[in-house]
Order: sequence, then C-alpha cells, then structure tokens
Amino acid sequence: MAVRIALAGNPNSGKTTLFNALTGSNQFVGNWPGVTVEKKEGKLKGQKDVTIMDLPGIYSLSPYTLEEVVARNYLLAEKPDAIINIIDGTNIERNLYLTTQIMELGIPVVMAVNMMDLVEKSGDKIHIEKLAEKLGCEAVEISALKGTGIKKAAELAVEAAKNKKSTAPVHEFAAEVEAVIHEAEEMLPEDIPEEQKRFFAIKLLEKDDKISGQMSSVPDVSACIQTLEDAFDDDTESIITNERYVYISKIIGDCVKKEKKQKLSASDKIDRIVTNRFLALPIFALVMFIVYYVSVTTIGDLLTGWTNDTLFGTWIVPGVTKALEAIHCADWLTGLIADGIVAGVGAVLGFVPQMLVLFLFLAFLESCGYMARVAFIMDRIFRKFGLSGKSFIPMLIGSGCGVPGIMASRTIENDRDRKMTIMTTTFIPCGAKLPIIALIAGAFFHNAGWVSWSAYFIGIAAIICSGIILKKTKMFAGEPAPFVMELPAYHWPTIGNVLRSMWERGWSFIKKAGTIILLSAIVLWFLQGFGWVDGRFMMLEAEQLDSSILAKIGNVIAPVFAPLGFGDWKMAVAAVTGLIAKENVVTTFGILFGFGEVAEDGMEIWPQLAATIAPIAAYAYLVFNLLCAPCFAAMGAIKREMNNTKWFWFAIGYECILAYVVALCIYQIGSLIIYGTFGVGTVVAFLLVLVFLYLLLRPYKESSTLNVKMKTVRARS
Amino acid sequence: MTLKEVACGRTVKVKKLTGEGPVKRRIMDMGITKGIDVFVRKVAPLGDPIEVTVRGYELSIRKADAEMVEVE
Repeated sequence: MAVRIALAGNPNSGKTTLFNALTGSNQFVGNWPGVTVEKKEGKLKGQKDVTIMDLPGIYSLSPYTLEEVVARNYLLAEKPDAIINIIDGTNIERNLYLTTQIMELGIPVVMAVNMMDLVEKSGDKIHIEKLAEKLGCEAVEISALKGTGIKKAAELAVEAAKNKKSTAPVHEFAAEVEAVIHEAEEMLPEDIPEEQKRFFAIKLLEKDDKISGQMSSVPDVSACIQTLEDAFDDDTESIITNERYVYISKIIGDCVKKEKKQKLSASDKIDRIVTNRFLALPIFALVMFIVYYVSVTTIGDLLTGWTNDTLFGTWIVPGVTKALEAIHCADWLTGLIADGIVAGVGAVLGFVPQMLVLFLFLAFLESCGYMARVAFIMDRIFRKFGLSGKSFIPMLIGSGCGVPGIMASRTIENDRDRKMTIMTTTFIPCGAKLPIIALIAGAFFHNAGWVSWSAYFIGIAAIICSGIILKKTKMFAGEPAPFVMELPAYHWPTIGNVLRSMWERGWSFIKKAGTIILLSAIVLWFLQGFGWVDGRFMMLEAEQLDSSILAKIGNVIAPVFAPLGFGDWKMAVAAVTGLIAKENVVTTFGILFGFGEVAEDGMEIWPQLAATIAPIAAYAYLVFNLLCAPCFAAMGAIKREMNNTKWFWFAIGYECILAYVVALCIYQIGSLIIYGTFGVGTVVAFLLVLVFLYLLLRPYKESSTLNVKMKTVRARS
Repeated sequence: MTLKEVACGRTVKVKKLTGEGPVKRRIMDMGITKGIDVFVRKVAPLGDPIEVTVRGYELSIRKADAEMVEVE
C-alpha cells in the first residue's frame, strides 16, 4: 500500500535535516504549481512505497503568507495519510502553536521532538508521554542531527497512516470559545468530514479569506463572531490565537521542566558580539569581504577562468574541432558542434565552480544562523525600497557576476522581496560590463574617472527607484510582507547538510538555467555565423560579421535606437551580441570596425568610434547596455529563480524598458543642455521624467490580504 | 506605552495588540499575545529593528510594528 506522509514544522526546527535523514539521496526537488515555493518529495529509506513530502517551514496556518497557504492547501486537499510534525525541543512553546493547528486537520499526527540532545545538555526535561497525552497524538524524542529516534518516528508515522485513525484534537479552549466553535461546526455544510469540522469552524470564525475556496457552501457565522467579540472585547483572530497559547502555557507547566538558568548560553554570547551596536557593522563588512574575496575575486575567479580559458578554451573546443576535422566533418557541422554546442555548454559550466564556492558560503551562513542576522542588521536600509536586508548579498555578488548574484537571492524567504531582488540585481555593473565602460570612457571622455563612478551610481539609483516603483505596482502590491522574524540560535552546521544544499542549488542552475543558456548561445551563433555574401547564403568567417543575418537584424532594429542617439546598425549589433556575454560588445566593435582582435578596452577602435557618434549618445549607449536585459546566463538564472514564464518576461521587459527610457532621457535632455537641440524627442523625454516621478512618488498602501492565484482544490471527503 | 518605546534590557508585560491584518496576526503567531512577558534585548546597529526575547526565543521586529503592541 502506498503511504504518503507530510513533514510539517517551523522554520529552523531541523526539518530539512530530518527530511534528508529520512529519505537519503532519494529526493525529488521541484516547485509547488504556479508559485516559487520549493517542493521536496522523497521516498522513505528502505521503504519504496512510503513517500515523504517536505512542506514549507511555517509558523502557523494563517492565510497571509504564500508558504502557509501552500502548506494548508496541500494538507486539506491532498490529505496525506499521516503528518510528522517536527518540533524544536529547545523552543517548544512556539513550536507547539503550529501543532495545535495541525491537530485540527483530521490527519493522524506523530510529533517528533527534535534537538533532544541540546535539551538534555541545557538541563531541561521534557516528559514526552505526558506531552503526547495532552495533545492527543504519538510523540517521539529525536535528534535529526545525530540520527537518534528517527527510525522510530518514521515507523510510528507509517503505522498511524495504515491505521487511518486520526485522534480528535484534545486541546480545549475556554468554555465560551468552545461553545461558539461548536455552534459554528453545526452550521457547516454536510460534505465536510467530521474530523475536519473544527478546523473549518475556526477558520470561518477567524474570518479567514482563503477558506471559502475550499468549501462547497459558506455558512454565515457572523452572529457567532459577534458573540465572541462582545464577550472578549477583541477580534476573533486574536481570541483564538490567545486561546491556543493559553492552552500551550498550561500544558508546558506539566510537561516541561526548565532549568532555572541565569548564565548566558553560548549562542547568546556569540550574538552579544556579532550584533553588538558597534561591532555588528564591522563584523558584517568582514564576513561580506571574505565571501566576496573568496568566491568572486580569488578562488571563484580562478576556477571560472580555468574552466573557460583552459578546460574549454584550449582543451575541449580545439580538441573537438580537430577531431571533427580529422573525420572530415562538414564545416558547418564542425562549427555547430564546436563553436555552438560545446562552447555553449562551456558557457554554462564556466559559472558552476564559482557558484559552488558561493553556495558553500551561503549554505554555511544560513545554517549557522548568521543569515537571519544579516537581515536584522541591513533591514533598515533595504526595506525602504521594497527589498530585504538579505538582498545585500545578491547585490554584492552581482558586482562581480550577476549570475551567482541572482542565484544567491534564494536565501530570501519572502516572495516579494526575492522577486524584486532578482529583477534588480543585474543593474549593478558586473565584471563583464567593465570593458564597455572602459571603451566608452576611453573613446569619448579621455578615460575620465567619473564615467565608471557614474555607472555604479546609475546602477544603485536604478535599484532604489525600481524598488520604490515596483513595490507600488499591481504585480507586487498584492503581497503583505510582515517582518517579524525569528533569530535562531547559532549552531555549528553539519558538513553533509552544507554540501547537500550547495549541490542542490548548483545542480538546479545547470539543469534549469543551462537549457536556456545553451539554446540561446546556439541561436546567436547561427545568426552571427551565417549570412549572405554576393547573394549567396553561406557560413561566414569572423571578419565577415557585417554580412551576417545578425547584421541584417541590426539594420532593421537600428532606427528604434535613433531617439537614443545611436541609430547606427553597428551599435545595435554590438548590443545584441552583448546578450551572450557583455564583454562581447567590445569584441564585436573590433570586428565591425575592421580590427580582428582588440584589447579588452578596445583601444584600437577609439578614434573610429568617436567619429561615429556624439559623446552624449555614447554615454546613453553605455547606460543602455548597463541596464538592459543581462546576458543569457543571467537570464537563465532569472528564469530559474522566478520559475514562472510570466514573471521572467516581466523582469526582462522591465529591464529593457527602463534602459530605453533612461538612455532616451539622458540623450535628449543632455543634447538640449549641451547643444541646445530641442525637438519632439526632448518633449517626450520630459514627459517620461514626469511619469517616472509620478510612479516614484504616488502613495502606497501595504496589502492586507495575500493575492495569490492557486489551484484551490475542494477538500476530498 | 507601546513596545516601541521600551528601553533595552527591560522586561514588560503585553497588555493588548492594536491594529489588524497580516502584521498583527504574524506578531501573535510568533507568540506575542496578551499577558506574556517580553524582554527587549537590543536595537539593531542602524537603530531599527529591535530584538526581543519572548517565550524563550529571540524575535526581531520592526519599530513600526512594535508600535502595535501595548505593554505595561
């Protein structure tokens, strides 16, 4: 018989560790349909017919956060055969709050009280049998980290699932409250199973706006609500929350003996230093420096350079080419395989070593508890523009390379903050954009230092303004984002968990982002490498780029950029090749101006470039390239992290439109100031500035409900 | 008095929660309910949010949200 067991519990309760211990390497990672919440499923070790579903870490079954709605929809609609509720024994009071809600779902529950080794060490005592009796479910002591008790927990859960017997919740609220709940239960439609009645009744009393989607008809309980609110002089949601905690406090007294301790725990001592008013920022800066220095500047860069230049650049690609030539393969096929496919694969894999180093750090920072402190320290700055304190890390890494930067946004729990971070991270000039800055600064502005400074300034301004503007748009305003966050105790993470987390993220990049990167690299290889010479369609040499299909496309789209001051087709083509990798912009100019190879900053073509367009247009071109859609690799990462086609195109579209508008305003208004030219474009530019200011300054109100379109399935009876 | 105004190092008792909606529910879900003792542990280096100890664990809450918690 196939058995499905759901694993539910608070964040930081050791849920992931337990899931890994239960399933081993037998895991399948995906996403919940339609949302960016991670979904993990696995088979119980040694029992192929038992599926374990890892639910998102939640504190409650309220209707306000995506994770909570996902979890409760699953529990109500899919009705797993049993639930393992993992509880952090060192923080039992708040953890039991979720338990009292889970108990009402009419599904057999096994409580796994985790971190028992730490509880014992601190001298506390938990009477597990008493606890089980008071909550009406099975309970086991475990230590997910040490692996003790896990087997027993799994066995109990399988047994409970097979018995199918769910025990009715035994926790009781105050008599008046119970009476009203009972009254509401009587009013429920008949198709709601007996054992779920309490859950539905309570949700209706709490005025839960997501529950009606799961019922065939919704009874009017306003009279009950009124009775309760009058009796307690509070709203029903608060009354019921209060009752849960009152009940928990009551049983805690019987079941848990706390050691009277005055001395600080090790975690407290660490926190005293790490988030100290004066030391917090220097320590934070030091940690960030180490992360950046190792994963971007030194080891990461070394590994990436080696993969790109040595492994693929001098071994694999030339090797494959030689091998294909040796067997007299057709030129176009050799080109497709060596320069299209293999080089494309190289482009994907080139990012992986650096990414793995970064993910190693992130996994460590997350599981030791420092990541929550990053949010605590940086919150004040970032929340003003709709980002999380944790957005700092993606942005910092993004100044080296946008691809790992975007992937680093995974550490942000809040959906809105994460999407916003993904969309804005690539505005920071990454390493590959530096040659473009050097080219423009050298060719037009005598290498003036302000050019590169202004590039960073524009990047940061773009992030801040985008944050404020996007926060107010319909796409984002639908998600309330309360920042009431647990600061988990510090602990030393296990090597296994850190490595696993690193590998999972790296692999998901290769798999999900890799495909899109590879495909687009091949398409662009074709557009660049083929074209018409003397009326004949053929494969081209690198120097014949101006006859390529891409050049034709460049000619067609060039007029679009005329209002931005760079209507030359060469500029358009260079911008398009920049999609493969931003440093290609410079190389493409080299080829288009008749130089085969150019220096990284394109020194050879400075005079010719300067003769083509005006400096202000060149600056607009620079800004356009900085802000527009990033390279394919970064787009692949965006696609992976958004995990939603609509959001992916929204992100790319927004970046391109913003780039276009900013470049247009710079060129038009700049021309007016410098040359005194005034025309339609100038008027449009001023209008755009006004629209921009309106979007920036219009009032904003945080949403009080969660707007999420999910397939809401009726509860099965 | 609200939780926002409590000085560091002091323990206060929650009297009432004002306001409504997601933030209020979240504050209560995390264990700040009527009658519970809250210890204000520290303020973040940039002056906001604050860190409090409630029901034996550490919680970080923004000052704007802490204003919803009436204490005595």
